[in-house]
Amino acid sequence: MHKVFKIRGKISKKLYLLIGISSFLLIILLWTIVTGLGLVEPMFLPSPLKVTENFVETVQNGQLLNNAGISIYRIVMGFLLAVIFGVPIGILVGTFKAVEAFIRPLCEFIRYMPVPAFVPLVMVWSGIGEGAKIIIVFLGTFFQLVLMIADDAMSVPDDLLNSSYTLGAKRWTAIRKVLLPSMAPRMMETLRMTIGWAWTYLVVAELVASSSGLGYSILKAQRFFQTEAIFVGILTIGVIGLITDRLFALLIKVMFPWDERNG
Amino acid sequence: MSKSILEDQTGMPLEANMASNKIIARHIFKDYRTKKKEVRALQDINIEIQDNEFVCIVGPSGCGKSTLLKILAGLDFPTAGEILLNGKTIVGPGEDRGMVFQSYTLFPWMTVEENIKFGLKLRKISAGEIQKIVDSYLKKIHLEEFRKSYPKELSGGMKQRVAIARALANSPEVLLMDEPFGALDPHTKEQMQLLLREIWEVEKPTIVFITHDIDEAIFLANKVYVMSTNPGEIAEEEGIYLPFRREVEMKDSQQFIRLRKKINRILYSDDMTAN
Ligand SMILES: Nc1ncnc2c1ncn2[C@@H]1O[C@H](COP(=O)(O)OP(=O)(O)OP(=O)(O)O)[C@@H](O)[C@H]1O
Ligand SMILES: [Mg+2]
Repeated sequence: MHKVFKIRGKISKKLYLLIGISSFLLIILLWTIVTGLGLVEPMFLPSPLKVTENFVETVQNGQLLNNAGISIYRIVMGFLLAVIFGVPIGILVGTFKAVEAFIRPLCEFIRYMPVPAFVPLVMVWSGIGEGAKIIIVFLGTFFQLVLMIADDAMSVPDDLLNSSYTLGAKRWTAIRKVLLPSMAPRMMETLRMTIGWAWTYLVVAELVASSSGLGYSILKAQRFFQTEAIFVGILTIGVIGLITDRLFALLIKVMFPWDERNG
Repeated sequence: MSKSILEDQTGMPLEANMASNKIIARHIFKDYRTKKKEVRALQDINIEIQDNEFVCIVGPSGCGKSTLLKILAGLDFPTAGEILLNGKTIVGPGEDRGMVFQSYTLFPWMTVEENIKFGLKLRKISAGEIQKIVDSYLKKIHLEEFRKSYPKELSGGMKQRVAIARALANSPEVLLMDEPFGALDPHTKEQMQLLLREIWEVEKPTIVFITHDIDEAIFLANKVYVMSTNPGEIAEEEGIYLPFRREVEMKDSQQFIRLRKKINRILYSDDMTAN
């Protein structure tokens, strides 16, 4: 115990995993006890069993996978669009002061506007089709992404670029062969973070303007007082988020074995 | 390259024999303007560096050594004055002036070998030729077994050896070094000095080496410029008449001690007059 609680002390991977799992188990245990003893109305907090039943049922009738599929599709499209435009613009902002002067103040301004407030506007523009949801996800992530990618580009040490110049690199070579590979790990971390935020904006869009998707399934469940279905919806989003995050982490580890932070 | 002069075992300073100026800096001034005030980092710097010369610049912290080297590299520009490389004004950085920085600047995503290849691959050299050059430098810096290692797997001294190889593999006109051994422990530092001097004795690249370590400057150089601070000026030019082949024991010789005392006096004379 003494060692475990040493400031910044290390613990084994196994112990870490064990403690991690135990926190989940603890919550489930408490949940079971509270609902099992009937301390709370099932309408407010359904038992784990009821939630599991609903999960199995919606998996079997295909609703859950359908909704999850459509939500994932919207996330991927909106996020890809944000990446396709946001990453190059972010790199330019972080590399050239003139581009920064043009883009940064604008992005800073727009990113303070709450994205949910854009939902009605987007509906006016593009109805409630698939496009609307993709645009919301795009709006929610794009401006943040530009600014964060710009910071990633700026974090490349001057002397790394200077070294390449003294080895004969010209501007374009320095960008391609030094700036990009040097910032790549940080950039992947940025993408890993922003895709998490994308879910927030998607659910907002699906709650307001949709007839499919996990956000919609949550809203519908609320209308029919199916609290267990709300739980299933939220937990599904959580699990998909967790899986995405782990995939990114794995990808980063495989892609950048040379990175200092990559043990 | 006239070999007979370079292998002169009496250790005559090279400028005594050679007329070919590689770098000439005339009346270099550098002012930095910050929000609050203007700082004069360099004042009327005049230096001449001959072909195949090993020049050290010593000076206290903040006297403008890095600023001067950056200007020579073309990474910064003087407020006034002129610098010529082979008779041509320096307009920017280029592969003719290799540089080794105090901070570790190996490309972390490249292996040792790929780092050394970086400059060569930007030029029209065949892959076989590149490999030959890289192999020869890996041997010189005793890191053949680490050719496939990433920089994060190397110690500080090893990183700087690779940085030196990376710069020299490009066969620059001048090698600029900004306190490259400043962050190393004394023992590693001494080994690095020996290695660098050894490489110089064989290949005779023109080197401008910056340090605040007087012993390091005397041990390595054929000529030492001593800088004083506030504003940064060249206080003295000192020829080093030690034997051509340098050995660690020379640091205890009468000649070395005399030089050390002399440079020390120049460096710290300001302090004494101030007291
Ligand atoms: N970009 C800058 N803006 C403003 N002042 C600067 C800048 N770079 C350097 N200076 C100033 O110029 C002077 C010389 O700096 P420089 O880094 O060349 O010193 P140095 O001799 O290399 O010192 P050290 O031995 O500590 O590396 C210092 O007073 C420093 O504050
Ligand atoms: Mg310096």
